[in-house]
Amino acid sequence: MPKDTGIGASPKRREDVRFLTGKGRYTDDINVAGQTHVVFLRSDVAHGRLNGVDTSAAATMPGVIRIFTGADFEGVGGLPCGWQVTDKHGDPMQEPPHPILAQGKVRHVGDPIAAVVAETREQARDAAEAIVPDIEELPAVIDMKKAVEEGAPKVHDDLKNNLCYDWGFVEENKAAVDEAFANAAHVTSLELVNNRLVANPMEPRVAVGDYAMHDDSSTLYTTSQNPHVIRLLMGAFVLGIPEHKLRVVAPDVGGGFGTKIFHYAEEAFCTFAAKQIQRPVKWTSTRSEAFMSDAHGRDHVTKIELALDAENNFTALRTETYANMGAYLSTFAPSVPTWLHGTLMAGNYKTPLIYVNVKAVFTNTVPVDAYRGAGRPEATFQLERVVDKAARELGVDPVELRRQNFIQEFPYATPVAVEYDTGDYDATMDKLLEMIDRDGFAERRRQSEANGKLRGLGVNCYIEACGIAPSNLVGQLGARAGLYESATVRVNATGGLVVMTGSHSHGQGHETSFPQVVADMIGIDESQVEIVHGDTANAPMGMGTYGSRSLAVGGSAMVRATEKIIAKAKKIAAHLMEASEGDIELKDGQFTVAGTDKSVAWGDVTLAAYVPHNYPLEDIEPGLEETAFYDPNNFTYPSGAYACEVEVDPETGKVDVLSFAAADDFGNVVNPMIVEGQVHGGLAQGIGQALLENCAYDEDGQLLSATYMDYAMPRAHDLPMFQVDHSCQTPCTHNPLGVKGCGEAGAIGSPPSVVNAVIDALQSGGHDVTHIDMPLSPSRVWGAMNTAAQ
Amino acid sequence: MKKVTMTVNGAARSADAEGRTLLSDWLREGLRLTGTHVGCDTSQCGACVVHVNGEPVKSCSVFAQELDGAEVTTIEGMANADGSLGKVQQAFQDYHGLQCGFCTPGMVMAAAALLKENPQPSEAEVRHYLEGNICRCTGYHNIVKAVMAASGQAVEPVAAE
Amino acid sequence: MYNFELTQPGTIQEAVDALKGEDAQALGGGQTLLPTMKARLAQMETLVALSGVAEMKGVCTDDQGRLCIGGGTTHATVAKEAASSYPALASLAGRIGDPSVRTRGTIGGSLANNDPSACYPAGVLGSGATIVTNAREIAADDYFQGMFATALEEGEIITEVKFPIPEKAAYEKMLQPASRFPLVAVFAAKFADGVRVAVTGASSDGVFRWTEAEQALSGNFSADAVKGLAAPDADGMISDLHGAGAYRAHLVKVMTARAVAAAG
Repeated sequence: MPKDTGIGASPKRREDVRFLTGKGRYTDDINVAGQTHVVFLRSDVAHGRLNGVDTSAAATMPGVIRIFTGADFEGVGGLPCGWQVTDKHGDPMQEPPHPILAQGKVRHVGDPIAAVVAETREQARDAAEAIVPDIEELPAVIDMKKAVEEGAPKVHDDLKNNLCYDWGFVEENKAAVDEAFANAAHVTSLELVNNRLVANPMEPRVAVGDYAMHDDSSTLYTTSQNPHVIRLLMGAFVLGIPEHKLRVVAPDVGGGFGTKIFHYAEEAFCTFAAKQIQRPVKWTSTRSEAFMSDAHGRDHVTKIELALDAENNFTALRTETYANMGAYLSTFAPSVPTWLHGTLMAGNYKTPLIYVNVKAVFTNTVPVDAYRGAGRPEATFQLERVVDKAARELGVDPVELRRQNFIQEFPYATPVAVEYDTGDYDATMDKLLEMIDRDGFAERRRQSEANGKLRGLGVNCYIEACGIAPSNLVGQLGARAGLYESATVRVNATGGLVVMTGSHSHGQGHETSFPQVVADMIGIDESQVEIVHGDTANAPMGMGTYGSRSLAVGGSAMVRATEKIIAKAKKIAAHLMEASEGDIELKDGQFTVAGTDKSVAWGDVTLAAYVPHNYPLEDIEPGLEETAFYDPNNFTYPSGAYACEVEVDPETGKVDVLSFAAADDFGNVVNPMIVEGQVHGGLAQGIGQALLENCAYDEDGQLLSATYMDYAMPRAHDLPMFQVDHSCQTPCTHNPLGVKGCGEAGAIGSPPSVVNAVIDALQSGGHDVTHIDMPLSPSRVWGAMNTAAQ
Repeated sequence: MKKVTMTVNGAARSADAEGRTLLSDWLREGLRLTGTHVGCDTSQCGACVVHVNGEPVKSCSVFAQELDGAEVTTIEGMANADGSLGKVQQAFQDYHGLQCGFCTPGMVMAAAALLKENPQPSEAEVRHYLEGNICRCTGYHNIVKAVMAASGQAVEPVAAE
Repeated sequence: MYNFELTQPGTIQEAVDALKGEDAQALGGGQTLLPTMKARLAQMETLVALSGVAEMKGVCTDDQGRLCIGGGTTHATVAKEAASSYPALASLAGRIGDPSVRTRGTIGGSLANNDPSACYPAGVLGSGATIVTNAREIAADDYFQGMFATALEEGEIITEVKFPIPEKAAYEKMLQPASRFPLVAVFAAKFADGVRVAVTGASSDGVFRWTEAEQALSGNFSADAVKGLAAPDADGMISDLHGAGAYRAHLVKVMTARAVAAAG
């Protein structure tokens, strides 16, 4: 029977009521008295020397208050990078400055040159058009391999070249890996592109900066997944504002998917300018602007090789990846192709030897950073594609080849520096096969063929590392921040609780799922628990929401704080019942003394804490509020097996996804409804990457997919109903809830099965196609069918 | 500037509009009805869908002045008289048809328009009708279920467990 | 967008007069023009909204049996009201954009704009329709003059479009996956005196008639008659992110065969 309340139940989301009635409060809904508007003049060339900016005509236009250029930011910090990667020679990565407004050069289409602050947005835009930048256009570097050639134009004149770093992982294993390849019975290799994507949360970014002269404090309202991180980065590294004078609020946020983690120039600008002009400054991105100013995702070019012995055991894996950084280093960009990608290359398999090389490259494109999955989709895609290709080359069942190489024993230390605590890959594969009726596929294929269509079935596995992350470990790996989470639990006198969490909900439903946990621990109704988030004035600190970490890390902090609350409440209860603290039990909101019929209710204890007339004041303080910081001691490792069935129209190349099944192991599940919703959304983004989405530049650095007219977002009729299952549960061994995280799985796990299915379909039709780069658009599929040997 | 008056959610409402003032801006800025959202600038995303004289319209793609005297319904006008969620709204909550909530107003308005035109749509008809509404969170699975449920058709319960 | 004065004439004559003003432009449903204006790619002093001109709205049949659609008639109205008289055209109208776009978008606006990937130009050219303006009647074959170019003079308004009804017809569309405009779409219509095949989305010259297919189909109106043809020349086809010219040329043939098959 499904549970009605607490952990494992699926209560309706309480946040839905405001969203469904138009009462949500998103950043663009916030208007501060006296507010001005800023519009940015952005570069329309990819690379150029900025010799000057003539703002004279614009400055006199109606409504214009002030125009800022790069010169106004001399002496102000640039946008910091939060992760320093050390290259294979032991040297730090090349790290160029990232000014708020361009100084000396423009480096991508969309690079902000000037900012017009005016009374209205349209006036600001009118004036921005009247600014005349003096740009001497330079040759752009767009293609990564050309960018690292000798003599290529440099994106940053002060760097040695366009190579941010050349990373080898694990460098000490390289010789052994090469030797294993030399001795392999079979080697499968594959060159592929992991296509550049744009995250496209439906809410474009917005920032409102406000300044109070009376106490010299600043407030920033912003569309962020992590307001505390923005406070830290912007306050300490950009504007020099101490935390106690800077409040960052991220109210309702309309989706993030990674792209709202990062600290952006517009946030710093609005905060800075509000103080300069002594009036609030608001910026609302248009969608077109978002395409050239939100950090992009993915964009890897990879060669992967898999070595197998005569019994088809994987003996070694070797990869070489070019990872696009874009024109500047976005907040966490260097970590994505390295520690979030190289560490995942073992996948679900016991491959003993792995070597990963990553060359991170500067180009004249929008900066690239984490997008849902961040590094892990890139790892999963190449691995699951090369395994599939190997199975086809060897003529073996792709499911059996995977099973044969599955890791069976846990904990398992991979050759790429992580230790999987738990998992059961056969269980999710068994569940998947139960879901998809593989035996009936041949008949379904025959039916498709009778209709002139080619049908394919693709399967893959995935593993991800999330619940990001142990601070001491990531510190060794170059992180410039801790990755713990905090929570404060405040119990009010009449027994209700407020949980202030550093996690941020921008669709994940924390306001509903977090109370399920706390209510379960105490044995009270969920309606007694309120979640507060998104404001640095509330939670003590917060690293925010990304990397499927909210419940695993933020939820754990909340559990720890609630445990402290319960411990203190038991002391109070012991005093009230004149019993020994050790004998107090808490169940269903009642404190009892073991072996007696004595009891006091939760509300009696909380009241006593605030009306301490009969209270052990000599031993404990009045009040009931506790804070905990939780720092995980390992990543969590969700895993699963996915299958996709497609039909290809051989006349047009169009791919229809007929079914998609996902069997996931997320460990324990707090709210199945929300978990399934997260998987659905991830699948849509993964299928979108596989079939539709493509952020493309031309060779001059002009963005070709600059609006929804050319960037194909998945729509309702592009997708099927999904089959999802999370009944295989190997709980995480090292966090108190046994949870692993579910936010990214769908996006990580789904692209390879889509591509595997299309290849399966084409080969069934006699087309010798072994790979097509994503997205598998009709024209690409048709092109592959019609150039390959028949 | 011109004063524009419409019947919005059943009440006469007036606010100034320039020639270029879009209905979405007139609602959001002029009337402070911020439930209507703007998610793109190419008339693709559908977050801004409202009903004008009973028909679905992308409020970012029509000028306020052109609609002087029109009847407009926004997401703020979709609840029942007693303030409880209306049929479509309730189905979206019951079937987890929303996550971040940003596309939701447009989805609900589009869904309501569909059900008016086609009270018992098939799954394929729902998916086809929502062609002009982009959601980045849900993968549409639970939106489609919510719309089917709002039409009184049986659908699978929301969580398999 | 740039600011402008919006005027709302109530009659065709008022609209024509308003358009004589300096730097004035007509506004149909605005579903293409507004995004263009938001991108600041269009600027005018006066925007003449045609939505209040009642005499330009509606669907009827004239005494020659032609389907007559007022220039200000929305796609949604055509989809509904032409469903029994000219189902292929109603189907085309009912598949333009999305439901909200169809509430506002008009046939006159679509034809005046003549986007190379719009649906209506294929229906109009494929039907051999007549475009009626405030000043004259223009045969479809004379009206379309290349990408975004038409026979319309400055200030001329499409007041009506008259469609002869074919014996059978169908519109088949391959969607561009992002915009959902046609990547290639074909309107094929069989009349007593011959077959017309109009193609949109494919050519950088805009909508065109595929005359080889028309000839082949005039003798044998079947998908098989198309299969024997070579695809049209890829030169001059649109080549972009979503498909090269050769792919579009191939799709012309595929969509033509499918349209003929769908027409029955």
